Amino acid sequence: MTTSAIAVSGLRKAFGDKVVLDGIDLDVGTGTVFSLLGPNGAGKTTTVNVLTTLMKADGGTVRVAGHDVATETKAVRAAIGVTGQFAAVDELLTGQENLQLMADLQRLGSGESRRVVTELLKRFDLADSAQKLASTYSGGMRRKLDLAMTLVGNPRIIFLDEPTTGLDPRSRRTMWDIIRELVADGVTIFLTTQYLEEADRLADRIAVLDQGRLVAQGTPAELKRQVPGSHVQLRFTSAGELDAAARVLTGATRDDEDLTLRVPGDGGAKSLRALLGQLDEYSINPEEFSVHTPDLDDVFLALTGHAGTKEIAR
Amino acid sequence: MSADSMIMLRRNFKHTVRSPTAVFNAVIFPVVLLLMFVYVIGGAFNVGASYIDYATPGMIVLAICYGLSATALAVNSDMTKGIINRFKVMDISRSAVLSAHVATSMLTSFIAIAAIIAVAFGLGFRPDASFPDWLGVIAVIVLAGFAASWITVALGLFAKTPDSAGMAIVPLILLPFLSSAIVPVDKMGAGVRQFAEYQPFTPIIETLRGLLTGAPSAGDAIAAVAWCAGIALVGYLWSLSTFRKRA
Repeated sequence: MTTSAIAVSGLRKAFGDKVVLDGIDLDVGTGTVFSLLGPNGAGKTTTVNVLTTLMKADGGTVRVAGHDVATETKAVRAAIGVTGQFAAVDELLTGQENLQLMADLQRLGSGESRRVVTELLKRFDLADSAQKLASTYSGGMRRKLDLAMTLVGNPRIIFLDEPTTGLDPRSRRTMWDIIRELVADGVTIFLTTQYLEEADRLADRIAVLDQGRLVAQGTPAELKRQVPGSHVQLRFTSAGELDAAARVLTGATRDDEDLTLRVPGDGGAKSLRALLGQLDEYSINPEEFSVHTPDLDDVFLALTGHAGTKEIAR
Repeated sequence: MSADSMIMLRRNFKHTVRSPTAVFNAVIFPVVLLLMFVYVIGGAFNVGASYIDYATPGMIVLAICYGLSATALAVNSDMTKGIINRFKVMDISRSAVLSAHVATSMLTSFIAIAAIIAVAFGLGFRPDASFPDWLGVIAVIVLAGFAASWITVALGLFAKTPDSAGMAIVPLILLPFLSSAIVPVDKMGAGVRQFAEYQPFTPIIETLRGLLTGAPSAGDAIAAVAWCAGIALVGYLWSLSTFRKRA
């Protein structure tokens, strides 16, 4: 195993008698993206708050960048950057002044800070709005500015707490690109999200947090393996057609209510061609034909026994 | 002050300059009030001296208080808008944010007080203060500003929303009106008079008045210093404990 950027063992935190984190163990390798996935209220933000020294744990040990968060708080703070759920920008300052403020607080020299600020404004596509007050920025621009502020001191470990919640799809994609660039530079990313797709796309390892416990941990591929394999779903217009198809496709499971038939398979072109050939041979014409590969939503459902965030939010 | 505090102070000053209503409250409003009392209302009071000489010390204290709502709002929006969490996870001094707000508040009130004194001179204010008396005036102003600012920072931290922070400051703004700022306490009705005599602003104002007329009273001065020291200490301790509690 490579060196750990973040090592957590037995982390516990309760507010009053409400247990929020109930013994969390995790390990994040240097230069990797770790995603903590879970619905609202699972304890993601509390985890981030403890790991970033904003909150004290009730039990367990947490080491970030090799330093204990409880006893070497200053060293931890010097090593990390944090972008929280709500854009922590100063609305009465311009984009440039916000970055300059960070540079001043990090004690960058005037030449160095000018270089860093200009570079970040350009990188985050904020150069045109650099002289405008942050209060006039759109949600996406604020998030970008927020992340840019986090990057001023060139932190090697970055915590992103739901960085794309509430962003439109285009801004979300921009944010993903930025995160990938950071990883390419060797930065370690600790990302929390309630979007399964986001964790799937970005993370090297994912831990699923549910009601204060980690219910699974692994690579996206490992987690997907924990759920039923891919399948083809056929939908018919009448029960008669469904019966006919079920007689031909013997390995399939039928759902009489939805008039659908689930045909297991590897989802490859060869098996699909064989299936289509079979349907053609027996003149079976499904109304709908769709290929399903398991996604993290399925994983979440399988692991926690209840649906993922989208369903909960509804 | 630490380097962190200086950086925060610069930030606060940009804020102050950019929100004109805060500047209006802090500087223009006390001046308007002074003009109103001297020209419109003051003539109706018999204070035993020229009214402008009587009213100026009170207006100085009012000028301190009018700047406070801006301070409370600024402190509260730092806490509620999340920027405080950014500062907290950075390796910077914890109290820098708070002491910068206190400094900003005091500096704004000094500007307002300078404006009040300048306008008062224009209106015929003729103090009899000697040079040491003026030093005393400055000391009292600094002390009162320091105390009022710390208690305001505490209220701003304590309030859950900017609106309630604004409301929390209202008593501090109204209190000088129930002191000897505008009319002598002995002209007030029973009940109000006792309140006015024993509230902190009366000894502070009377100390300023004594110094400016060249006849300072030791009793008022001791009471004023004691009140200021007490209020500053309570404000400071309350601020720190609230700041630690609110993540």
